[in-house]
Amino acid sequence: MRQRKIIPGVDPRLLIKDAAALMPEASRRGFLRGAASLGALTFLTGCDIIDGDTAEGVLRKISAFNDGAQAALFSRSKLAPTYPESAITRPFPFNAYYDEDEAPEVDGGTYKLEVAGLVDNKKPWTLEQLHALPEVSQITRHVCVEGWSAIGSWQGTPLSEFLTRIGADTRAKYVWFKCAEGYSNTIDMPTALHPQTQMTFKYDHKILPRAYGFPMKIRMPTKLGFKNPKYVVAMEVTNTDRGGYWEDQGYNWFSGL
Amino acid sequence: MSAETAVGGSQIAAREAIHPAWVRVTHWINAIAILVMIGSGWQIYDAAPLFEGLRFGKSISLGNWLAGALLWHFAAMWVLAINGLVYVTLGIVSGRFRRKLLPISPAQVLADAKAALSFKLSHEDISRYNAVQKLLYAGVILTGIVIVLSGLAIWKPVQLQELTVLFGGYDVARYVHFFAMAAIVGFLVVHVALALLVPKSLRAMITGR
Repeated sequence: MRQRKIIPGVDPRLLIKDAAALMPEASRRGFLRGAASLGALTFLTGCDIIDGDTAEGVLRKISAFNDGAQAALFSRSKLAPTYPESAITRPFPFNAYYDEDEAPEVDGGTYKLEVAGLVDNKKPWTLEQLHALPEVSQITRHVCVEGWSAIGSWQGTPLSEFLTRIGADTRAKYVWFKCAEGYSNTIDMPTALHPQTQMTFKYDHKILPRAYGFPMKIRMPTKLGFKNPKYVVAMEVTNTDRGGYWEDQGYNWFSGL
Repeated sequence: MSAETAVGGSQIAAREAIHPAWVRVTHWINAIAILVMIGSGWQIYDAAPLFEGLRFGKSISLGNWLAGALLWHFAAMWVLAINGLVYVTLGIVSGRFRRKLLPISPAQVLADAKAALSFKLSHEDISRYNAVQKLLYAGVILTGIVIVLSGLAIWKPVQLQELTVLFGGYDVARYVHFFAMAAIVGFLVVHVALALLVPKSLRAMITGR
């Protein structure tokens, strides 16, 4: 009972099921089906606005507008709240669109982080080289798009520091991340340069376990959980929005906190 | 001279109408926006329920899955917030809130509640609210402000973290947002039932008279 109180709204047994609930319906056509099912809204069913593609188009346009609104609200100097060690949620939940035993197993020995796009030095990085980078630590709140949240402890190097080292053109608009399991997402450059945006190699001062994204995740306490990629194998500095796994399915692109 | 006459004329017209045009327009825009917010909010709730055993289900919620519900919620929020801001501003500036909703005396609320429950409350003059109505209308306006602010606190716990702290933190703000929704749904049940029981009040909100 007390366990449940620690993360309001999270039943640990349901986490996997919750992740499954994030998944799109088998029939993507049904995106907005049931849209008018709220009794009092049925009078709208005659309108185009509530029907499938038109409504989805309008809603996605508003979502794009919301990206702009959130970017305008975003401040690079506004830090996410940090917490004491005692506030860490234990165990920190595993969350993905697959079961924990299906999480990618990356071989740290042969791992190389590929760097591409608008950067001076495209030399790939071994894990040993990455681990030698200066280390910072943060205890911040991970907020899931589903609503639940959990506080975790992450260590790694600021992404802005790494971008400087590889001679990235920080006037570019985006940084794109590719992950071992095929996941990907694109973030805005201001977030990439935020002081708390971290290339994470450790969780709670121990090498990142497989469940939390070994060998590297990108921790952004200013973005919803799904915008924090795990098992990152490549990054690209680019002016092209390359979308992302959930974003392409209708989740808001900016997803800032 | 003619301007004065025009102002005087419109004041008389406004006095004649039970609900001026701005009240009726914002009322119905709000009605649609709040239904979209509640319907999509229920679907979002189901992704990480706050209470064991409480799920709303797809048949009564909006958006079909979490991403769809979020798209609806974050679209309708603009309509709800902007329309609400116009309504509250005009309600204060025009003096309507003060005239119609104040003062609210607890003794009068009790007396009117008793009268209402024994069906002795008069609905002769629907331009004057009884004490129970005053309390409910003032209460739902305040709840509307709380639901918008707690929603912002959940949506932006970093950029608007001071607001989130005001609500007792991210997790508590979720509960505040939920209970504000529950209060509004409770209000809606009573409000719609009474509007149907006293049809001329519904007519007044459509035609103004």
